Amino acid sequence: MARASGHFKTDYRADLVLIETRFQWFWIAVLALALVGFPAVAGPFALDLANQVFLAVIGAVALMLLSGFAGQVSLGHAGLLAAGAFTTGILYKELGASVWVTVPASAVVGAVLGVVFGLPSLRLKGLYLLVSTLALHFIVVFLGAEYETRRGYSTGVVIDPPAIAGVALEDPLGWYFALLAVDAAVVLFSLNLLRARTGRAWAAIRDRDVAAEALGVPVHRYKLLAFVISSVMTAVAGSLAAYYQGFVSVEAFSLFLAIQYVAMVIIGGLGSILGAVLGAAFVVLLPYAIEYGLATVPFAERLADQVFAINFASFGLVMILFLVFEPEGLVGIWRRVRDYFLEWPFRHRGRGG
Amino acid sequence: MQILANIAVLTAIYALICSGYVLVYRVSRVLNLAHGELMMVGAYLLMSLAGLFAGSPVLAVAAALVLSLCMGVAVYVLLMRRMTGEMVLAAVLTTIALGILLRGVVVLVWTARLQYPLDTLGWKNGSVALMEGVAISEVGALIVAVAVAVYGGLFVFFRFTRWGVRMRAAGENPLLAAQRGIALYGIYALAWGLAVFTGGTTGMLLAADSGLETTMVIVALKAFPAALVGGLDSLLGAVIGSLIVATAEVLAIQYLDPLVSDVAPFLVLLAMLMVRPWGLFGTREEFERV
Repeated sequence: MARASGHFKTDYRADLVLIETRFQWFWIAVLALALVGFPAVAGPFALDLANQVFLAVIGAVALMLLSGFAGQVSLGHAGLLAAGAFTTGILYKELGASVWVTVPASAVVGAVLGVVFGLPSLRLKGLYLLVSTLALHFIVVFLGAEYETRRGYSTGVVIDPPAIAGVALEDPLGWYFALLAVDAAVVLFSLNLLRARTGRAWAAIRDRDVAAEALGVPVHRYKLLAFVISSVMTAVAGSLAAYYQGFVSVEAFSLFLAIQYVAMVIIGGLGSILGAVLGAAFVVLLPYAIEYGLATVPFAERLADQVFAINFASFGLVMILFLVFEPEGLVGIWRRVRDYFLEWPFRHRGRGG
Repeated sequence: MQILANIAVLTAIYALICSGYVLVYRVSRVLNLAHGELMMVGAYLLMSLAGLFAGSPVLAVAAALVLSLCMGVAVYVLLMRRMTGEMVLAAVLTTIALGILLRGVVVLVWTARLQYPLDTLGWKNGSVALMEGVAISEVGALIVAVAVAVYGGLFVFFRFTRWGVRMRAAGENPLLAAQRGIALYGIYALAWGLAVFTGGTTGMLLAADSGLETTMVIVALKAFPAALVGGLDSLLGAVIGSLIVATAEVLAIQYLDPLVSDVAPFLVLLAMLMVRPWGLFGTREEFERV
């Protein structure tokens, strides 16, 4: 069991490498096999859940890049999802555009909005930036609602499943592999960004932007870049979600959704891609877990119409518990458990970093 | 003229809500995004107490107000105190999470259907004719009066009372204030209590005017740009900001599209953030430019 017993990097190449040891290679292979083999054992409901998690992971990783690494907060990510979904919906409805047009178009809209969302960040920090993204969220959602009412789609825009190479992507199994591929690409892309110049520039800006500027990091450019990359990924996620649901409605993009994405990042643990993935899975699965838990208690029928409220309350409660007691999130718990076993039988960290 | 009357009432509503945002922010630099939910809980408390003290509505209102004050103190002591020293954003997110929790609890306890506390109290909401063809509801008039009273009270409190001066000191420089022997935790708890007290008052008035439903939080969310436009730590700014935002909103309803009115506050806010992020009357915070 050769695992790195410390951070003994002897050259820059070793510092950049993503997977350090054979032990890690082994576990990544196991994970990949498990993910590919999952549909063989899972029913349609479990597949649907997995697909929802995959969709959320894209947005959560995007927000993690922005908040966890570049240090720029945003409550506007539901607006960006809405922008992607509505771009897709409008292009499909008005022009009958194919998936090869709508997804790139959503990405372009995302990039433009990323600049718009990012511009305030050049002047504003912290709280005020949060508020400006909140304001932009309402404006984007308003534009979507305006489209719906103007065109008479007051209940939402219906989208047919996308056709890839002539085959309609309809069943959850096809979606599972498509989304798995997208997620893998998103995670790899993010990890790559983070280990390169961009990631280091973002970390410098997050830790102290004045110092970053003094070190020669073009702060404005990298802040905008963080917003653009994050927005593009989020808009693409919105576009894919629109196809997956087959339906775009402004109702779905409430402020609560934006809060959910922030919660994914917080619950997962700021500053970790793994955290974004864990947080996304946690937040998406929580309501289902609650529903499942409620079904087992004897007086379940009486609670049936309260499920929504119970979900709401428990989501808030979980978020508070994480913020107060575990600010490092799920990743923090995971690291502590891992360190406990790594250092056993000793109780104190012996490793650097 | 009717437009002016509408603007006046909406300004009073926003100003009342903003006083809660400003109180907490000025003293503890925390933006309380659960204010709308706390306000709503205040209104629901009145609803329950009105049923409990049937026959003596004044007692019910008084009890609801006292409970609101206690609720504010409890929120600080049980929750926000733990966030002392954490990142400001963590504190803001905690208030957001608290808001979500409260929204769920409200539906669980009081159900989501529209209710009318005024009927339960046994009062009527007539209309007051101010002039020829200009009328507002009685509760609307009461809202304006209460807003004036609350702001007058806060002005006196901050300017002339010992606790008010302490609160200003704590807001200006917590470290120095603590070294002068001011009990910061007590001050913070009082600020939260007062904020939820005014918030609860607003919630009850709004519920009396237009019924009580969970959508009330949206009003608070729309009021919050007003607080920012005026400057988050200035009570005078809150009034002026409320006036600006309410005017923009009423004019948008009148001359554009009712849908636009929902985003009008946020458009005003964005414009303000671009030009003068700290607001019209706010203290200029440290925005290091790079």
